[in-house]
Amino acid sequence: MKLSVWTYEGPPHVGAMRVATAMKGLHYVLHAPQGDTYADLLFTMIERRNHRPPVTYTTFQARDLGADTAGLFKSACQEAVDRFAPEAIIVGASCTAELIQDDPGGLAETMGLSIPVIPLELPSYQRKECFGADETFYQLVKALARPQERTARPTVNILGPTALGFRHRDDVEEITGLLADMGIEVNVCAPLNARPADLARLPAAHANVLLYPETGESAARWLEKEHGQPYTKTVPIGVGATRDFIAEVQSLTGVTTQPDASRLRLPWWSASVDSTYLTGKRVFLFGDATHVMAMARVARDEMGFEVAGMGCYNREFARPLRKMAKDYGVEALITEDYLDVEAEIERLAPEMILGTQMERHIGKRLGIPCAVISSPVHVQDFPARYSPVMGFEGANVLFDTLVHPLVMGLEEHLLHMFREDFEFHDDAGPSHHGAKATPRVEQADTPEAPAGVTVTWLPAAEKELKKIPFFVRGKARRNTELFAAERGTSEISVDTLYEAKAHYAR
Amino acid sequence: MTHVPPPPQGGCRSAPVLKERGQREVFCGLTGIIWLHRKMQDAFFLVVGSRTCAHLLQSAAGVMIFAEPRFGTAILEETDLAGMADAHAELDREVARLLSRRPDIRQLFLVGSCPSEVIKLDLAKAAERLTQEHAPHVRVLNYSGSGIETTFTEGEDACLAAMVPVLPRTEARELLVAGALPDVVEDQMMGLLADLGIGPVRLLPARRVDEETAIGPNTVFALAQPFLGETHAALTRAGARHIPAPFPFGEEGTTAWLSAIAAEFGVSKDRFEEVTAAPRVRARKAVAAAAETLSGKSAFFFPDSQMEISLARFLTRECGMNATEVAQPYIRDALHGPELDLLPAGPRIAEGQDVDRQLDRALADRPDLTICGLGLANPLEAEGLTTKWAIELVFTPVHFYEQAGDLAALFARPLRRKERLRLEAAE
Ligand code: SF4
Ligand code: SF4
Repeated sequence: MKLSVWTYEGPPHVGAMRVATAMKGLHYVLHAPQGDTYADLLFTMIERRNHRPPVTYTTFQARDLGADTAGLFKSACQEAVDRFAPEAIIVGASCTAELIQDDPGGLAETMGLSIPVIPLELPSYQRKECFGADETFYQLVKALARPQERTARPTVNILGPTALGFRHRDDVEEITGLLADMGIEVNVCAPLNARPADLARLPAAHANVLLYPETGESAARWLEKEHGQPYTKTVPIGVGATRDFIAEVQSLTGVTTQPDASRLRLPWWSASVDSTYLTGKRVFLFGDATHVMAMARVARDEMGFEVAGMGCYNREFARPLRKMAKDYGVEALITEDYLDVEAEIERLAPEMILGTQMERHIGKRLGIPCAVISSPVHVQDFPARYSPVMGFEGANVLFDTLVHPLVMGLEEHLLHMFREDFEFHDDAGPSHHGAKATPRVEQADTPEAPAGVTVTWLPAAEKELKKIPFFVRGKARRNTELFAAERGTSEISVDTLYEAKAHYAR
Repeated sequence: MTHVPPPPQGGCRSAPVLKERGQREVFCGLTGIIWLHRKMQDAFFLVVGSRTCAHLLQSAAGVMIFAEPRFGTAILEETDLAGMADAHAELDREVARLLSRRPDIRQLFLVGSCPSEVIKLDLAKAAERLTQEHAPHVRVLNYSGSGIETTFTEGEDACLAAMVPVLPRTEARELLVAGALPDVVEDQMMGLLADLGIGPVRLLPARRVDEETAIGPNTVFALAQPFLGETHAALTRAGARHIPAPFPFGEEGTTAWLSAIAAEFGVSKDRFEEVTAAPRVRARKAVAAAAETLSGKSAFFFPDSQMEISLARFLTRECGMNATEVAQPYIRDALHGPELDLLPAGPRIAEGQDVDRQLDRALADRPDLTICGLGLANPLEAEGLTTKWAIELVFTPVHFYEQAGDLAALFARPLRRKERLRLEAAE
């Protein structure tokens, strides 16, 4: 038993819903109580889908438990098939139905339905949403893919995009365009917008492009083993990764054409002088492992940030993330507990967070700007405009995404110069964020000593500290206190401050 | 006393009820925690359930409105399902850890879920044991918010019903009002009752554990919410007497509710007029502004909050709408009879749900406004219908005179928005 307040992932059947809702012509019959229908709103409200997810919930009640929940499942299944006329159905149990052990798969098999019935075994008390999506897609592919000839022209499948995914809609469009540029056609993209019949055609492609390992890796592995289709290991997020991805696709398909990169602006935007101010900004990354690893590379190599820490909530991918963190010289944080993440962020005091909706709230509380780079998502992560994070346009979007939360460029410089100005002071915030500038209230800035630290700031040092720009002041305070504590100094003077500064200078 | 007349062509109390038993598209009782924990400021709600339960709470609350909210889920894992003794020990450990971190917590609710009920985890026993362990600082109670037992607002009902047996006893003649109301509304209500000379008035739930809500043979009680069937039964068992009345939505509902209580306490007609005349005029005026948009329009209610019949009564009588279907998860004559008496005959009255069939009926009726849950709203909008999501009705202050206009406006807004948007070419 574990106390949980906010969770990064839903239960595994929500993962199965992400697959079912992404597809067309597929229906999911879910043995579940009425309250589980809340999951519909994730799709209709957060993602603004204009259709109900193709899910029939049996909604059994307490009074059914002693009676015939199996019969209830069968009639719900029959009614769903009659009403929605799907090409195939997936059947399974939510956490509660798992306990009553009706075996939806076995029941559906006895019904003699004329369409494929794919049973799902999703252990609700062990696994979570990403697993549920990955497993469901894998079971569908395994059941429906048919051996066949490769296409004459070079083709690939795109694997992994689902409903409720972070920017999946636009990533698919961007990568489809990039591949088209290279003369490579997409044979099938799945699960997003695929029909069961399309899954049968998967083996016709020459290779698989795995965009989202979290939700598509099992299927990709199976297709490699069973149908000899190699799959891409690079996720094309950022300039470098996109170029690596192109090289990988070329080697898998034998195609040598380069896609058109004339729209790519990140390299110049990052090189131009206004961006100097981005140098060494300390960022903390948290989210699903794939997005975090890709974004760490973008942050360090393409934006010139300093990666202060990184972590993920999906243990399935802990290993590669740990390895990368080691290469980046930071600790990896693998946890599903947002309180751990919050504590780590407080400890590291980064200047920006690249995270999920959870970290956005943590950032709000701690006064640290945050850009959302990964699921779990909220309604504002489904923008109306085209905004992929993959491919060349994705790189452009990322540049904007990562500088938007910051007070940047010329403005930061001006803030520094006019620090003492009445309106243009530290607490005013970035001018492009709309919030009204708050006039500065003159007050004695009594610092809160972090718990456990018993050093005191002498007034002169305190005054000196205030001259340091606010966006690095927290770090300066922390470093100086640490420096003093390590040396057993109990009072911080101006000298201590500058000694610490020299000590930490790199 | 001021009389709210029944409709001339008769009400709906004896109308045939379409009873449906199929797929229900509605939240479970856990959802109530979202507003109950705001109301009871020293309470923590610990759901004993699954990852699904945690995910439901988070999705219903909108991600992380509160840093460390006073609710959480003890997620059952494989190991807990294996052996029972284990689960109790684990629960004790989690509760001890929680209470040591949150000294502000004075009452703890162990909230049962479908999984805890299916494995027959005895939370009543756990609550007893934990009360002994953490008394006197913390009182531990239990109730079920599971989807196999409770529908949406029935979670609040189960919670309040669980509190009744532990209320202190009193012999005093007191009015008890049951139902969690937003503080601003509660204050207005207390003001009105005080002006009528009615008192002492006790509240269930009280804002804090040590407030003076008590119960006894001389207690009379009124329900502020139409979904408190179990609470009604528990209060009755405890010796209190119910004052049946329509619910305080809209000017008429508020007047009828207050006048039933006033009659019980022998308030004079003059006094009643004096206290209610001005707010009644204000309420009617405020409603009239929204009624301009609503009048003559048709409404269709999916079963959701158990407030459907009361709201249909308000929208038809005070806003000039007509209802084509009014569906409620459950209909109980003791609570909803007085409302059905006032609801003009005409609409289909339905109890329970078969969501696909009901969607067929809604699409056939093509009502001007459909009141439904969040899962259905956008899909129905995409079919060209205009919707109002029901969940807002339990989060927003909508009771009593001063909110009557806001209540009407909630329904008028989607229609006004539709009229206002110009998304086509100008031609
Ligand atoms: S319906 Fe049952 S399992 Fe589902 S969220 Fe509600 S209590 Fe939990
Ligand atoms: S508002 Fe500030 S950050 Fe934004 S463009 Fe102008 S100067 Fe730059």
